[in-house]
Formats: sequence, structure tokens, C-alpha cells
Amino acid sequence: MEFGLSEEQRLLQDSVNRFLDKNVSLDRVRQAAESTHAIQRDIWSGIAELGLVGMIVPQDYGGMGLGFLDAALVQEALGYHVAPTPFTGAAILAPLALMLAGSEKQKERWLPTIASGEAVAAVAINEATGVREGAGIVSSGGKLSGKALFVMDWAEADLFIVSDMSGGLHLVSPETEGVSLQALNTIDRTRSFGEVVLNGAEAEKLPGGSRVVVERLVDAGRVMLAADTLGTGQHMIEKAVTYAGDRKQFGRVIGSFQAVKHLCAEMAASLEPCRSLVWYAAHALDAVPEDARLMACHAKSHTSDVGRFVARTATEVHGGMGFTDLLGLHYWFKRIGVNRQILGGPEQVRLDAARLQGWVA
Amino acid sequence: MDLAYGPKYEAFRKEVSDFLAKYRDKAPKGLGAAGRPSKEACAWQQLLIEHGYAARTIPKEYGGYGAEPDILVSRIIAEEFSAARVPAGLQNQGISMLVPTLLELGTEEQKRKWIAPTLRGEVVWCQGYSEPGSGSDLASLQTKAVLDGDEWVINGQKIWTSTAHEADMIFCLVRTEPDKPKHEGISYLIFSMTTPGIEVRPLKTMTGHAEFNETFFTDVRVPKDQIVGQRGQGWFVANATLKHERGMLGDPSAMEDRFQALVDVMESETLDGQRAVDNPILRDRLIRLQAELAAMKFNGLRLLTCASKGEDPGVARLIVKLQSCELSHQMSALAIDAMGEMGILYDDSPYLRSHGSWQWGYMFQLGLIIGGGTAQIQKNIISERGLGMPREPKLAKAGN
Repeated sequence: MEFGLSEEQRLLQDSVNRFLDKNVSLDRVRQAAESTHAIQRDIWSGIAELGLVGMIVPQDYGGMGLGFLDAALVQEALGYHVAPTPFTGAAILAPLALMLAGSEKQKERWLPTIASGEAVAAVAINEATGVREGAGIVSSGGKLSGKALFVMDWAEADLFIVSDMSGGLHLVSPETEGVSLQALNTIDRTRSFGEVVLNGAEAEKLPGGSRVVVERLVDAGRVMLAADTLGTGQHMIEKAVTYAGDRKQFGRVIGSFQAVKHLCAEMAASLEPCRSLVWYAAHALDAVPEDARLMACHAKSHTSDVGRFVARTATEVHGGMGFTDLLGLHYWFKRIGVNRQILGGPEQVRLDAARLQGWVA
Repeated sequence: MDLAYGPKYEAFRKEVSDFLAKYRDKAPKGLGAAGRPSKEACAWQQLLIEHGYAARTIPKEYGGYGAEPDILVSRIIAEEFSAARVPAGLQNQGISMLVPTLLELGTEEQKRKWIAPTLRGEVVWCQGYSEPGSGSDLASLQTKAVLDGDEWVINGQKIWTSTAHEADMIFCLVRTEPDKPKHEGISYLIFSMTTPGIEVRPLKTMTGHAEFNETFFTDVRVPKDQIVGQRGQGWFVANATLKHERGMLGDPSAMEDRFQALVDVMESETLDGQRAVDNPILRDRLIRLQAELAAMKFNGLRLLTCASKGEDPGVARLIVKLQSCELSHQMSALAIDAMGEMGILYDDSPYLRSHGSWQWGYMFQLGLIIGGGTAQIQKNIISERGLGMPREPKLAKAGN
């Protein structure tokens, strides 16, 4: 019985964190945030060289063949550093879609180039968790029409993986006729989201595509977003504790006031159990199929709620400085805010959890 | 991440379940958590000790089973008893607090005299720590003991002495060195509750029941050698056992069972013919709690793994009391809200649900949030020990 990380997983965490500590300074994040819809090639190629872009891709296709728990640890580290790079879509959900639904030929064509970081694949599955603005892709006679919103890792994508409203999955090249693209500017400038509008566009179907596969993509995406918030929130708590240990008012460091340190204790008390929840939800995707869907819902919704509490509270501990751009704390605040809504906000996700347990028809 | 226990532990699990299948008819129905155990409960305890399912790691010469500590083995025992709905061994303050203290710091004579009968349930203990003026600031306690010849003479008052009305003995913190700094002036005494000069008064709480007592000492005379550890070292004696993991091996599925009972309430209570679980707001609250419960369950498994490997889990351990008391309280609150007006019924009212246990729980769990280190003290511990934040500056002249 071992509920925890293996030696290899700890080494993986160390190597990712070492790379990000070195290459993703606050200044670098600031600079990247000026051009959200451009891939920061130095960071992207760095994480590709570490093998992270192909981490869940089987070794036969040039990847590392690791599991979702490993992926969640990397995502957590990326959140901790507010790393301005594609990952959730391009490195996890896109290869996963190909692995689950692609033909042998499609896998051979795309998985190695995705794993190497050569091809960046964006993922359009947000409508599977709910439709706004009349979005949704319809497949008819081998052509796709409609629009997909909040496409993940949208910027400079070489390939779009698009789910249609009946659970089909398709590969769409941005060069195809009938494809138009529009950037969406969110509060989080460290990751790119956009819109894909298809007007009778040619697409290549993934033969294994189905609602079940799309659900699997949603579950994996939710666990990754939860892991991202876990890391992001952890960083905010550490920042708040450090700031409260430096800042003096009334002749004392403010961290010695119970009013301040109890806020920090509440943040830690609510976030720390999320770590075990995210670990288990990711492990369940790997190894406990009967728990996987519900735990993905729990991880996403609970971590989103805790994340919001941590984001506002850590900012508040920083007082006026937290509100300014000077400390850059807002990058973390905003990343948590985006993770909360993508692939379903907490209430929507809990509705899914209710359905899974037969509490809603 | 490997949630399987492996063949060695699974073989042990089989032993436990075989034992339970064979002997479950001998188990007492409803084992009182504290207080004086029934004859049947004592016999059951004896059987459990003989098989190593109670007092497992206590040395044989002191009446235990004498096995090497293995937290996974202890966990399996707890899991199997819980799954079989069979009461585990006695769990009272004598067994959970006094026995480990004596094992670590008692004299050989004290160990031989007290541990075995305590384990067998023959000697019942109460804890004399808190005082009306010393709650969170326990080390400021004022009950004093003065040496008069070969006897301590004790005067003062204790509160929250939960089993005092039934206890044979008390382990008690008293001030013996009034001139020393507060933490260094305390001694740890053990004495009989039948000693002249002790008066126990029930302390009725908001639940309507007297779950606790107040205990008064007037010139209570106790032999000088009934001290554990050195004179003036009582604070450290009392804290020595706190470092041992406690509370982890209660019924591991108790909270999940309570959640299932909450689900039952949500699925059976109706308003205008609509089940509570069909109300989107109540249902959202239910699933929120389900997620928190899952998080705490997995946090518990993480702690178990850390304990089995001798690793310090840090913050993950310090938050348990704060978070789980709050979660229990929220579960009771939701059950009451799901029942609405029916949720306010109490005592022996018509239409009473679940014997009034949700209202009782809602009140009693507030007591648990306050007792055993208040939520505010827990937050001090989390921030100071877990996050390394500074302590509150001491006042220029601290009172005792």
C-alpha cells in the first residue's frame, strides 16, 4: 500500500521544476504575456526536449509512455510557474485523442511529430461540457460546419482536433478552405484560447471517435486543470507566507498577526487535501476505471472552489501590493480563474457528478 | 501509487476476516466509546488482545500482544472490523493516552501495575487537564499540589473530565512549582477517583446531555510516588505521547458511513413531493461535501503511507483536525436543511428522524470543533509549524 509518488515521479518533478525555475522567471512571464497568441519557442522546445510533450505518447510512437499521474505532476509544476506554454491541449489531450481514436496510419503520421514538439495540436472539445453562443460543430458528408469556442492551445496550431456534437472526432488543418480562426483574449495571458469557425471544411475523421472517447478527453482535461490550479494555488500560498514574513506594520511583521496567519492556515488547510484528491483522480484515470469519471469531477470542482479562495485570499494577504501589477501575483490569480471555467465551472461539473450517480436523469 | 496491500498483508487480512466470521457472535452489541465497559465488552477485549487485534504492540509483560508496530497491519484490523460492523477493541483515554505515556515515561512498577488492567477495561481512567481558566492556554493551569510529608495535597478544579463519574483513576496535571515558568512548574500525577476530597459534577451541554463533568479537588491526598516522570516535567510528560499518531486508526469508514446516511436522508426526505436530492441547490451542496470527503480520505491514505515509511507529511497532517471536524459539521448541517422543519425535531418527538442524531451531531460536532484544540489554535499550529510563520509576540509580562 503506497499512496504517494514513486522515486521516478519525484525525479520527474525535480527535473521539470529545475527547468522552469531557470527558464520561466516572472520577467519571462511578463514578456510572454505581451504576446499571448504566439508560442514561446524557447520554453516549448525546452519542455519538448525534456520529453514532456510526448510524455503520455507510447514509446513506439516516440513518446515516454507515462501515465496521467505523471502528467498531472508536470501540469502542477507548470501552474506553479504560470508557465506560458501550450501543454494541456497540445501535449495531453491531442495525443490522447489520437491514441484512443486514431487509425494506425493517423497515429504514425501525427504522434511522433507531436511528441517531439514539432507539431502543435490544439484541442476543441469545450462544447462537450456545454454550449454557449450557439457553438458546436456538426459533421455532414465528411465536412464540418459550426464554431468551437475556447479551443485549447489555439495559437499557431499546426493541427486542430475537433469534437462534433455527436461525439465524432476530426483532424482539421488550419490551411483548409472554410476554416477561419479568431483569438479569444482571456484574463490569463499565459495560455492561448481561441475560436475555430468551420464552414464546410474538409476534415479527416478519427475512426475510433465516440462520445465515450470525448468523455475521456474531458475527464483527463479536468484532472489536468485541477492539477494546474493545485500548483498555482501552492505558489500563491508560498508567496503570501513570504510576503507576510517581510512586510512590517505597527512595528511587527504582519505574519505575526493572527488575522493574517489564520488566512494562510485556511489556505493551506483547504489546498493540501486537494493534492491527494488530484493524485487519486489522475491515478484513477490510469488504473481505476470505475472511479475515474466521478473523481475527475470532484478534482475539478473542488480544486476550482479552493483555488478561487486561495487566489483571492493570497492577494488580500499582500494588501495593496497584491492588487498592483508590480508583484505579478495577478498572473497566478488569473490562471486559477481560467482553470475554473474551462471544461465546465464547478456547478456544471457537479451536475455531471450528480448524473454519474443517478441523481439527475 | 499502489493501492494494493500485497500478498503478505492480504494474507493477514484473511486471518482477521476469518477471526471475525468465527467470533462475531461473541461481540458485544454497541460498545460504549468511553466510560465503563460491560462484562461482555471486557470479555471481547480479552479475546481481541489474545489474537492481537487489540493492544497489539503493547509488550506481553504488560498485558499486550507484543507484536512489532506496523501501521498497515493496524489499518487492516481497523478496516476489517469496520467492514464487518463489529466493534473493535476498547478505545478510551486510558488506552489511548495513559498507556503510551506510562510505556514511555512510567516506572517499571507503574507499568506493571496499571497497563494490563487498563487494557483489559478493568481500570477506567479520566483525564484531568483543562481548567475553567486554562483552556487553549493549558500550561497556565492553576490546580496546585503541595508536598506534605509523603503525600501531595491537591486543591483546584478540572473541567471537561468526560468519564470522571465512572472512572477509577485520573491522570492529572497539577502545578507543583509555582515559582517556575509556567511550562516548567507542572507535574503529572495519577490517583484514585475514590480518594477523599474529590467531587464530580455532571456538566450538561447544549445537546441536553451531560457528556462531560467538572471535577473539584479539596485537600486530596495522594502518595508522593504516584507521579509520572520528574517533578516539574508534567508538561513534557503529557506531550510525549502527542507525537505518536493518534486518531488515524479509529473507524476508517465512519465518515463515509455518515455520508451514506446523509445520502439516504437526501433521497428519502421530500418537500412538496420532491426529494431533497432533486433540489439543485441541496444536491450541489451534497456533491461539494462528497468531493471534500474524498479529498480527506485520500489525504488520510497519504498520511498512512508516510507513517509506514517514517516520513513527515508536514502540513497534510496538521490540517486533519480542523478540516475533518468542519466537514462532519457541514454534513450534519446539510442533513438538517434537507429535512427542513422535520430537522428541528428533537428528543422523543413524533416524526423524529434518525433518533434526532443529526441535530445532536450538529451541536456535538461544534463541541469537537472547539475541544481538543480549538479551530483557532489549529490555525496557529498550521501556520506556525506547517508554514513557518512567526508566533504572536509575547506580552511584556505574561501571566501564568
